[in-house]
Amino acid sequence: MKSREYQQIDPKALPTPTQSPPSHQHQAVGDDGRTPRRKWEVFPGKNRFFCDGRIMMARQSGVFPLTLGLILVTSGLFFIFDCPFLVKHLTSCIPAIGGVLFVFVLITLLQTSFTDPGILPRATPEEAADIERQIDDTGNASYRPPPRTKEVLINQQVIKLKYCFTCKMFRPPRTSHCSLCDNCVERFDHHCPWVGNCVGKRNYRFFYTFIVSLSFLTAFIFGCVTTHLALRAKGGKGLMFALQESPVELAICFFSVWSILGLSGFHTYLVASNLTTNEDIKGSWSGKSGEAVTNPYSHKNIFINCCSVLCVPMPPSLIDRRGFLPADEPAQTSGVDLELPNPSTKSDINVVGGSSHLVLDLQKSSADFSLFLNQTKPAALPA
Amino acid sequence: MAETHSLQDMRQQAAVAAKVFIQRDYSNGTMCQFQTKFPSELETKIDKQQFEETIRTLNNLYAEAEKLGSQSLIEGCLACLTAYTVFLCMETHYEKVLKKIAKYIQEQNDKIYAPRGLLLTDPIERGLRVIEITIYEDRSFSR
Repeated sequence: MKSREYQQIDPKALPTPTQSPPSHQHQAVGDDGRTPRRKWEVFPGKNRFFCDGRIMMARQSGVFPLTLGLILVTSGLFFIFDCPFLVKHLTSCIPAIGGVLFVFVLITLLQTSFTDPGILPRATPEEAADIERQIDDTGNASYRPPPRTKEVLINQQVIKLKYCFTCKMFRPPRTSHCSLCDNCVERFDHHCPWVGNCVGKRNYRFFYTFIVSLSFLTAFIFGCVTTHLALRAKGGKGLMFALQESPVELAICFFSVWSILGLSGFHTYLVASNLTTNEDIKGSWSGKSGEAVTNPYSHKNIFINCCSVLCVPMPPSLIDRRGFLPADEPAQTSGVDLELPNPSTKSDINVVGGSSHLVLDLQKSSADFSLFLNQTKPAALPA
Repeated sequence: MAETHSLQDMRQQAAVAAKVFIQRDYSNGTMCQFQTKFPSELETKIDKQQFEETIRTLNNLYAEAEKLGSQSLIEGCLACLTAYTVFLCMETHYEKVLKKIAKYIQEQNDKIYAPRGLLLTDPIERGLRVIEITIYEDRSFSR
């Protein structure tokens, strides 16, 4: 099994910066020699940036164009074919409600896809060295691979914090490393290919609003199309003839309504119990190991749980995409200089599909720990 | 003014002797809190009470930023009704408190830490992972 190589930190290679002056004084210049470079240009994760760092997505956009296309096509067909008929025979509120729902869905989808999900920036070389140095306190200033986990007590429960070898830090609780984006994401829920981004602390509320409003929209369109067909069939020509006129819309709505309603219901349960998809799938708090474990993050009250997930003040983006790079600071490297051949070698991949909830959960064995290479660089270790 | 001037001088002239990292304290969950344990490297540099006071104030400020009160509840509901587009126009509560924190750190650096040859780095520049304290070489600063 291919393991992640541990790269020993060479203390001589650590930068000894004079405290970097305010960033607008000395900036790393871009290719044209004039424009200063921004931090997003050297971001080590697998992300794509647009509008000079204002918008970001995962590098693999997944089926995001398909999601957008389906929503636009279905809504377009609804407005073009069903609305005129229903306005004439029922009420003109129908396109109004449909319009509001459609705009809501579109805005929340774009916000989910384009927002930083809560990516944790990688540790600076000095921080990483500090963590590794702390382990060995017999007086020897040597740098060894840190232990894989560290335990903390949260609400009288022992939680294991894992060390992330890519980001060179102990992950905070509920943080997980997404292999598709190669980033540690806070309160990691899942990587959603339908929106082409991870769902984490900062964009979970957008994601939840998106799927709830999408359920309303698809249910609404489905209801309107059914009413339209029923009225037409009553008009004398028969149901089969009426069905032939709008098959596409009906098919899309019929199949998506159940899956999206199901997904909304699932996430409502998660919000009410303050759980993430990641924790639910792994069964972190269901007591599988036999011990009496409960979710230490739950407030034991559905209303407070919902508020703490959806109404907490919006946390800031920690990666400072649009900040300028100081000229003397080396760009944060990707830590371990490995080309990961394919994501399946990484531990924990959670990809949740829309209707079928596909989950691939590959756990690396702890035997990998023994495969760490001691020295990959020719630099000498300190005494 | 003179204190700020000496802070900038220190940044440009003095060499960095060491860096101390105050890690996060997760005993209350995922809230942003830092450990108040006094690091041994700072024993000769600064008073323990002073240090703990700084960390405690920072912890209180971060708790204020993340607090789930009635105001944040109303803001959250209103934001939801507008499909969260208000986040594009308004400065969020968290960002307002972060500015307060930046000001507090600047003040602490000017008054307490710089005269002792130390420098606090705002945790937001380190992704809220650590509070980085830079110890500068003791040359002309020991009075």
